[in-house]
Amino acid sequence: MIEAKTLPTSYVTQPGEIRTSSGKTLHTDEMIINMGPQHPSTHGVLRLEIVVDGEIIVDVIPHIGYLHRCFEKHAEHMTNYQQVLPYADRMDYVAAMNMEHGYALAVERMMKIEVPERVEYIRVIMAELQRIASHLIAVGTFGIDAGAFTPFLYAFHDREHILDLYEMTCGARLLYNYIWIGGVSHDLPPQFIDKAKEFCTYFKPRIKQFNDLLTFNEIFVKRCANVGVLPKDVAINYACSGPMLRASGVNWDLRRDDPYSVYNRFEWEPQVGKGEMGTVGDTWDRHIVRMREMEQSVRIIEQALAGIPVGNVQAAIPKRIRPEAGEIYARTETPRGELGYYVISDGSTTPFRVKARSPAFVNLSVLPEISRGAMIADLVLIAGSVDIVLGEVDR
Amino acid sequence: MTAEEIYKSLKTRFGDAVREAKLDARQPWILVAWNSMKEVALFLRDDPAMQFDYLMCLSGVDYNDGRLGVVYHLSSMVHRHKIVLKAQCTKDNSHVQSVSAVWGTANWHEREAYDLLGIVFDEHPDLRRILLPYDWEGYPLRKDFKVPEFYNGMKVPY
Repeated sequence: MIEAKTLPTSYVTQPGEIRTSSGKTLHTDEMIINMGPQHPSTHGVLRLEIVVDGEIIVDVIPHIGYLHRCFEKHAEHMTNYQQVLPYADRMDYVAAMNMEHGYALAVERMMKIEVPERVEYIRVIMAELQRIASHLIAVGTFGIDAGAFTPFLYAFHDREHILDLYEMTCGARLLYNYIWIGGVSHDLPPQFIDKAKEFCTYFKPRIKQFNDLLTFNEIFVKRCANVGVLPKDVAINYACSGPMLRASGVNWDLRRDDPYSVYNRFEWEPQVGKGEMGTVGDTWDRHIVRMREMEQSVRIIEQALAGIPVGNVQAAIPKRIRPEAGEIYARTETPRGELGYYVISDGSTTPFRVKARSPAFVNLSVLPEISRGAMIADLVLIAGSVDIVLGEVDR
Repeated sequence: MTAEEIYKSLKTRFGDAVREAKLDARQPWILVAWNSMKEVALFLRDDPAMQFDYLMCLSGVDYNDGRLGVVYHLSSMVHRHKIVLKAQCTKDNSHVQSVSAVWGTANWHEREAYDLLGIVFDEHPDLRRILLPYDWEGYPLRKDFKVPEFYNGMKVPY
């Protein structure tokens, strides 16, 4: 157990006053510091207005919206339901597959479309590969936030293999437009299964290597443990999701608890933070949950690759997608947590309203709660451990 | 609990504040009066049989007939049940009680609904624009929104 970071209280007399070592009393004042919107540790264009008392954070006020691209407005103004998909890609540009998957699922449920089994397997494989790719960015950049540069390069090197697999499948490396309503755009290329199996075999020891390099590194552990603790009840009250929620000790994963696709056919376990190095729900827990989730994703991919059936990759869907009037809220588990699409249809060929409940937006809203009382240097770490993608926060 | 039981329980407790419900929908919903939202929310969160501790999503909607709506998607981690609540107001008097004191996550969602649809959430601690610039005029997700020709004196290319 590592001791929580405490203030050097001997110098503090009362709020607004401080005594120097020579015995003089000085008046202090809170100061407002601006971090971002262009700052390497905000992972994008996020501005944090920080109220500090010395080095201690009194309050954090996040200002978002610098990357607002009117996703919801655009969705209402398309000429059909399919055209929304490429926009969904651009919300979370490091986990685009998961974004498409969620939207396709919402519309398919509205239309009551049953997709072929092969499609479900392909989608699961793609979504889990994407989860690994996204988590690799998360843990890599988190290493940078903690002051370790090398793991970042390792992570990006491994992620490159996944992007190669995607490129082989649909030609794109980042924004795929691969998962379509009722199926996927192309079948897997013939060599894909072998290459993906090869990747799984290659990647498993790499996780251990990464853990040895970063996760269980003494300096890293001391830096992360007991920082930015998010208690269980606060996490639920703020509707945090994904690794953020699980790191706080809540065993909740939509792939198991609200199953979609064919996730219930595979053997795997949701990973929960246990407070191994400090308190449950600290930044280290969030990091280790992501590391362990990658192992689980490899497990799922291996099973899916072994069991993938042959068949069609497009369901027979009407040429014009025109769901009957009604509404749906469909949620899926993306690397960052619960992605929900609330789609209202008025019976026409365009959605009447699409609201995207993006996980990073919700997870970021808890940042002020977990940063109060921390040091400024820790804020970088806390914001990094939330794993925000500003494209998705601002939509 | 099923949606029907939840509806009955709310109806007996809050009477006319629970306006209507559509329980045979794919995702059953209950319409609650805009000025009783907070007490209904508190009851749903704290009642041992309900325990809706997780607000999945809060969305603002413009129904294009003079009404604005707020939709609450709730789920319970304890009992694993779900329900959808709705509140409605008119465009001329677009007030809905805030539930950000009940679920912390509602804070930003409500700011977003205020920002994009102009729904004013009473008793919200910090009701500012969130996604758009602070000096933006109008509410873009309203169906009658016209894209402005100028922004701060600059012509908007379209």
